[in-house]
Amino acid sequence: MEQVPLAHMLILSTILFFIGIYGFFTRRNMITMLMSTELILNSVNINFVAFNRYLYPHQLEGIFFTLFIIAVAASEVSLAVAIIINIYRKFKTIDIEETDTMKY
Amino acid sequence: MSAQAIAFYILGALAIVCSALTIFSRMIFRSAIYLLFSLISIAGIYFLMEMDFIAALQIMVYVGGIVVLIIFSIFLTHRSGDKLPCALTKRSLIGGIIALSGLALSGWIILRNTFTATNKPAVDLSIRNIGRQMLDYQQHGYVYPFEIISFLILAALIGCIVIAVKDKKE
Repeated sequence: MEQVPLAHMLILSTILFFIGIYGFFTRRNMITMLMSTELILNSVNINFVAFNRYLYPHQLEGIFFTLFIIAVAASEVSLAVAIIINIYRKFKTIDIEETDTMKY
Repeated sequence: MSAQAIAFYILGALAIVCSALTIFSRMIFRSAIYLLFSLISIAGIYFLMEMDFIAALQIMVYVGGIVVLIIFSIFLTHRSGDKLPCALTKRSLIGGIIALSGLALSGWIILRNTFTATNKPAVDLSIRNIGRQMLDYQQHGYVYPFEIISFLILAALIGCIVIAVKDKKE
């Protein structure tokens, strides 16, 4: 794995991160916004693992942070799906432009 | 160029293309399937970095749990065949400007920076070693965050049931 420089790994994760950011800003559907959040969390995981592997191979800290991020992402997705299904029951839509009861 | 490097570039290109299709696809179910392939190729990159435990966990939790949960919620809230509405022009303009400028800034910083690795010997990456250090309560142990994460997952479990339960009156 030493043939691939660290910068290429970081650029890959940066591209994934900003694809996720763009999707989070432009999508109008709550489930697709949730998918963009997953992409963002995944790119951060790649960063942690790459730094651990390339720069500090005598430690395991990057692995632990990745494990905790995966756990937080799993609980976050389950809560978000529960909230989305509840919103769908009340409004019959999950478009963020139409669920604006608390906005005014 | 070695076989590992070629595999890395193929997997990276696959991850980027599949994430872009996740964001730009108008059919929500296809978008979930593209997300699945993107997560699988990221797991392949972990395998290339010899992080076997993280790769296995990525496939188990993300592909086996999170994507299945998202597909379930798509089935519960969408009729099949519906196309998603287009993004608002103003918002896609703002999002594009933010994403491109952020990408340019971070790419510039990454390419300018020089990273120096330590010379210390590499630690064993086996699951046994990871588990030993995670449940260690002395120096460099992670048992306290581990307990907090377990509380968080318990709270999320109870919260999901409380939020998604149906009132009998309705």
